[in-house]
Amino acid sequence: MSRLKTLQEMFKRYRRPGDLVFATLFLLISLFLLSQLSTQAPWRGTRNIFAQPAFWPTVSLSAMVLFSGLHFLSSAWSDRQPGRWAEVWQWVRACEFAVWFLVYVWVVPYLGYLPATIMAAIALALRAGYRSVKIMLTMVILATVIVVAFRGFLQVRIPAGALYDYLPASIRVFWLTYL
Amino acid sequence: MNDLIAGIWLLFDLQVLMALLVGSIGGVIIGAIPGVGAAVAIAILLPATFSLPPLVGLTMLLGIYGSSMYGGAIPAILINTPGTAVNALTTYDGYPMTKRGEGRRAIALAYSASFMGGVFSLIALILLSPLLARIAPMFGSREIFLAALLGVILVVLAHRGQVFAAGMLAAFGIFLNTVGLEPVRYTRRYTFDQSWLASGVDLIVVVLGLFALSQAFLLLVQKDDSPDMVSLKGSIFSGLKELWLYRRVATVASSFGVMMGMIPGVGEFTAQFMSYTYAQKTSKTPEMFGKGSPEGLVASEAANNAVPGAAMIPLLALGIPGEALTAMMLSVFYVHNVIPGPQLFQERMDFVMALYVALLVLNVMVLMFLMVSTNWVSRIVQVPSRLVGIAILLLGFVGVYSLRNSITDCAVAAGFGVFGVILKRLNLPLVPIVLGMVLGGIMEVKLRSAMPRVSTPLDMIERPIGMIIFALILMVIGLHIRTLIRERRNPPQDVDSDIHLTQGGE
Repeated sequence: MSRLKTLQEMFKRYRRPGDLVFATLFLLISLFLLSQLSTQAPWRGTRNIFAQPAFWPTVSLSAMVLFSGLHFLSSAWSDRQPGRWAEVWQWVRACEFAVWFLVYVWVVPYLGYLPATIMAAIALALRAGYRSVKIMLTMVILATVIVVAFRGFLQVRIPAGALYDYLPASIRVFWLTYL
Repeated sequence: MNDLIAGIWLLFDLQVLMALLVGSIGGVIIGAIPGVGAAVAIAILLPATFSLPPLVGLTMLLGIYGSSMYGGAIPAILINTPGTAVNALTTYDGYPMTKRGEGRRAIALAYSASFMGGVFSLIALILLSPLLARIAPMFGSREIFLAALLGVILVVLAHRGQVFAAGMLAAFGIFLNTVGLEPVRYTRRYTFDQSWLASGVDLIVVVLGLFALSQAFLLLVQKDDSPDMVSLKGSIFSGLKELWLYRRVATVASSFGVMMGMIPGVGEFTAQFMSYTYAQKTSKTPEMFGKGSPEGLVASEAANNAVPGAAMIPLLALGIPGEALTAMMLSVFYVHNVIPGPQLFQERMDFVMALYVALLVLNVMVLMFLMVSTNWVSRIVQVPSRLVGIAILLLGFVGVYSLRNSITDCAVAAGFGVFGVILKRLNLPLVPIVLGMVLGGIMEVKLRSAMPRVSTPLDMIERPIGMIIFALILMVIGLHIRTLIRERRNPPQDVDSDIHLTQGGE
């Protein structure tokens, strides 16, 4: 019993709320991935072990299972901090902004880079709780500067929006090329 | 000497000079805004630099890397909030000095120490380069494999108190690198019959998700913050004179920075703590450390600014990045088909020298810029944090989408963004994932190419360099075990502190 207690003491560490949830999930995912080894990265024939396509997945997944197992144990044996589910709620809240990001990505090919960026900036500012005209104007300027700097000057590869086809011929080429 | 002159000539190009200007001023501003940091900026700018010549792109990214720490010292000293993670130690003595009414003196000393660290490391590296050019060709596939393995071990063990987490995340990084088509026989690995996984998980997509998008999500989720800043009065030039009083600490701290920067996986944190400990142990007033000691401030700032130059050594000489930022820069080399490694050091020494001289010029430019604009830069810190989050999110889109115009890439990056939020909130490190991906790829390729010359495991270390690296691996593991035993007998008081923050984006 005292030997077990010593082992527990060795693994003890400070942990933040939600650590055990993360440690459990990571261990389960690692175990799932390792269980798929035979179908997703099979060992083939008697070829040199280091040249096997399965060698590095085996090494990395074994290490993931080993270390995530130890991390889980150390998390389980450490003093619990209150606020586990409040912390998990913060992770879920972060997913909301991931969805905002993906909606922005989705509308760019339709609306075009400049209109989509201005709309995203204003919508996010409203979502973040800002209401003043000054902030909205700042967002429009920020979006325009980003678009002009990256698409206009640095010529990064972002396709023109489908909406640009409906612009008058006199300005269409400019919008298609720079905005 | 000829290489040095040729390197200087390479810099006389309008694009390179513009990159230096943008990198230095942009880096200071980015560093000064808490919540941005060099890693976020470099991740966003990375795809944009692919269309630029390699020297221009690398100069700009290196400029941001080198100058962000100067900017990060401003909020660390004035409002007790480090602009970048590596300025955390600066708050220990910088902020108490501000509270005593010595903010200007602290800022001046921080700039001077940073300048000393930056210049010291570059002069050391320019002098060391001929030696490195001679040693680099001795690294074959086996030696590079062992060096990459040492890097993985170091990046795990360097996260004291978080070794299990760092180990699992580094292994996760190595695993991510194996997903997709295997490079020799095109065997599918962990694609689950999904066509979008066949091309693998792109390093830049992961980096942008983990560093940029996660920071955007984090800032948008957290309470809005807009700190009040103290205005500085008087000249900052006095710091250069005062640094002379602390020249011993500054020189030793810079040396630690150079040594730790050269070792893959170690970096600024270890250099700072070694310097800080040395400064405290040898100080006549050790009780002042943590309460506003100028020596502590000098040790911290000189050490962290000596690292960027030194971190280029393993990258350029062996093609092995030592930390997340140089791992990102590695992709700039590959895009331009400039393969860092022994051959680069032998054949393109002028290019290597140009990068070093660019960093040297950068340090001078940053110091001059800050001497006249500190008050202006410190006002930028007051931008509300949620607005910073929105800006990072919009910029993050450019980085991911411009790579391949792929919505799938954006979805993967968003997924890693949420994963990054979880890691940051739990104070778990992000760097092992990135280094695991890069070093895992290097280990796989080099081990395979070394195999024809290896019939027994001992053949891996038959050459002197291989033997030395293997001895280092054993020594590092041995030292770690010894530290664990010591800590067990004499447990540390504070096992979790924000010093362990290694996210780089904070």
